[in-house]
Amino acid sequence: MTLLTTVFAAVICTALWYKGAPKNEYRLDILCWMYWGASIMWFVDAIFEYAELQAKYFTPSPAEMLNDLFLGLSVVALGMVIWIIILLCKDPKGVVKASLLQKKQ
Amino acid sequence: MACFLVPTAEAIAVTIATKSVGGKERKAALAHTDVCGDNGEIKKTPFSHKLKWLGNLLWGGSALLAFEHLWHGEVVPWFPFMTAANSPADTAAMLHEMSTVGVGMALLVTAVWGCMLLASNIIEKRPSVSCARTQESGEQAI
Repeated sequence: MTLLTTVFAAVICTALWYKGAPKNEYRLDILCWMYWGASIMWFVDAIFEYAELQAKYFTPSPAEMLNDLFLGLSVVALGMVIWIIILLCKDPKGVVKASLLQKKQ
Repeated sequence: MACFLVPTAEAIAVTIATKSVGGKERKAALAHTDVCGDNGEIKKTPFSHKLKWLGNLLWGGSALLAFEHLWHGEVVPWFPFMTAANSPADTAAMLHEMSTVGVGMALLVTAVWGCMLLASNIIEKRPSVSCARTQESGEQAI
């Protein structure tokens, strides 16, 4: 469920990045890299888990699924927090700088 | 347990390599442009930029995986930072997981990056839409 959630987030972010390319004003590439990187790593984790559990891997209990979904959503949220911090620090549109200068004046 | 440490170690090595290669490329005055040159030819993306893609994948994935380990209580914010480091049996299991799952993760991410390199090389070889249009309009004018 964590892998699925991250893959969905990666696909949506990549589609949004492609829509805004090549301008990339919102630095959506950061989200794409993070989610794809995590998806690939969790995919490897899933392969090893499948090798150990076999068919049981595909029949998790509702409690396990809920916990994994909760974790997946938390991971997506963490990725978004990292992205927004980087976006505001890099400030590609100069919005933060402009608002700070306005306040000073 | 600590599988994310292997991609993290690779990410550190890749970041150092990116800085080193980038410095050499700047010295060699290789300008990074994906756009058409004066003659309509496409200049290649420097290798340091492509190496950065691998670094981004590794850092991003490792950060989110570190959070997952924190979630499961395998990583703690106090010494020795890994709960598996408390007993020799757990440490052995952790090292086994790092050498199997962790190495697998690093290898697959690198393999995906390799595919991206191949794809980017193919894309760079074919003329971009804007370049093709410029050349077409130039030919029509002639």
